[in-house]
Amino acid sequence: MQAYIIRRLLILIPTLLFASLIVFSVVRMIPGDVIDLMMSQNDIAADKKSREQLQAALGLDQPMLVQYLRWIGGIALQGDFGRSLWQNTPVTEQLAQRLPVTFELGLFALTIALLVAIPIGVYSAIRQDTAGDYVTRSISLLMLAVPSFWLGTMVMVFPSIWWGWSPQVKFVPFGEDPAQSLVQMAVPAVILGFALSAVTMRMTRTMMLEVLRQDYIRTAWAKGLDEKLVVLRHALRNALIPVVTLVGLQVPILIGGTVIMEQIFVIPGMGLLLLDAVSQRDYPIVTGVFMVVGLAVMLINLLVDLSYGVLDPKVRYR
Amino acid sequence: MSAAALEPAAPALPRNALLRFLWRLFRTKPLGAVGGVIFALFLFCGVFADLLAPYGFNQISPINRLKPPSLQFPFGTDNLGRDLLSRCLYGAQLSVIIGFCVAILGTAISVLIGVVTGYLGGKVDLVAQRFVDAWMSFPDLVILIVVVSVVGPGTPQIIVILGLFFGIGGSRIIRGAVVAVRENMYVHAAQSVGASTARILWRHILPNVLPPVIVLFTTRVGAAILAESGLSFLGIGVPPPAPTWGGMLSGSGRTFMYQAPWLALMPGLCLTIVVYAINVFGDALRDLLDPRMRGSR
Repeated sequence: MQAYIIRRLLILIPTLLFASLIVFSVVRMIPGDVIDLMMSQNDIAADKKSREQLQAALGLDQPMLVQYLRWIGGIALQGDFGRSLWQNTPVTEQLAQRLPVTFELGLFALTIALLVAIPIGVYSAIRQDTAGDYVTRSISLLMLAVPSFWLGTMVMVFPSIWWGWSPQVKFVPFGEDPAQSLVQMAVPAVILGFALSAVTMRMTRTMMLEVLRQDYIRTAWAKGLDEKLVVLRHALRNALIPVVTLVGLQVPILIGGTVIMEQIFVIPGMGLLLLDAVSQRDYPIVTGVFMVVGLAVMLINLLVDLSYGVLDPKVRYR
Repeated sequence: MSAAALEPAAPALPRNALLRFLWRLFRTKPLGAVGGVIFALFLFCGVFADLLAPYGFNQISPINRLKPPSLQFPFGTDNLGRDLLSRCLYGAQLSVIIGFCVAILGTAISVLIGVVTGYLGGKVDLVAQRFVDAWMSFPDLVILIVVVSVVGPGTPQIIVILGLFFGIGGSRIIRGAVVAVRENMYVHAAQSVGASTARILWRHILPNVLPPVIVLFTTRVGAAILAESGLSFLGIGVPPPAPTWGGMLSGSGRTFMYQAPWLALMPGLCLTIVVYAINVFGDALRDLLDPRMRGSR
């Protein structure tokens, strides 16, 4: 088990290096020089000398390879993602501030998605082809089609017109007031959770239907076990493995969703940081967010793979 | 005798199967058929938007600002007095263009990568699959934001980026289908009479992976429309004043939505109905054409 985890972590290194090389060079191709932008904003007379000074101060006068090696070396050796070109604060500081916010929103949304998807998926399977099954399946197809940014917009607009209610604007970090923080995240998390639950629900239903046809389920029924035991202990546990895989595959979609929710509900997470950094051409932040998000997705997928062992004792890690 | 004459012909779909297929669709999958009809209607609106729209998409009329839906303006008007129905119709046109171009480009790339790597296997396959793995482990939207910020917003850019994006992602599905077809007797027969690789791919592999290709294409149209509107919503898709459904929900219009909720309602409703219709239609197609793909998405 330990050897397996270590090997999996080692495989991450080439993937991350590859990704870092690509994102580093792609981001440098953003049209419009950050120097031009800064100089026009700060009203520095755009003479050649001050331009060069600014470039040297930001380390942008070096060849790209040197810039890359410095940057990747900083990350690998000291966990240093460089400094923001605008605020001149360490990127790591910004990331450390924003990551927990996105994590909270994402985890909240995922919890809601699973709490909705699995019970409904199971219900849909054990009552296959009843009215309830049709209704839940149609709704899940509909949820796949409703864009979360539209749903978010509607939730902002209509309750405000009808009842004068609007989501709270001032952001409360989880550390300060956990309850209040969860309350403000509830609306975006529910929207995101419902969107995610559609696919998971369909998958749970399909897998349950397959498992319910197995011989050992018939045996369980024949023994006279009651429905709850057959469905939950014998069937669901075996149906969950592909569902867990799917959840792992959905993590990138979940992160994409948090970007949109953060934009609509003005939640200062990684997504908003990325969107702001892209519009300001703040390369170190863009690359930093990209790397952290990539690493997070890969680590979550490792956790997903490890969870198979918990769900299915037949799985052994070598 | 030439190799071509000796090859057993790959089983192909009968020529006039289309009508019979549509009949089967209507009888066995009524919901999917309704989706297909809505999809066709959407295509019609998109293609003939210029004739159907009562006003221009950017025809500003200050006296008609923020009018609620009425006979004159069935969907209402926006903060510049532009007719929302016309804008939604022109939005359908843009969505049709983007959806189809992205789906064509994306499917072509998927087929190219999927057929070549799936058939050749070995090292090419391994390298390509690792690349696809690395690509897919990053969140779509995050990559799209970074890439779009590099190439800048605009319709052609969006088409190329989304096409590449969906192309690489979808190659997995085509590859799976090719691997299943590769070991069929008729492929081995063609190989043994010395048909060239290109010929086998074109005459034997491709016709037999056509069902998943068609299904992939259909679902990609919907996904492309959704992705484009998401990017336009974030302000990095097709720039204004182009009337994209996503763009109409963002930007300056947002502040007026509280006075004029139809601004928030109509474009999103168009988007949802069209994407829903494409999804059900795609599902029905999959069930009829390619039962193996059932449950995958």
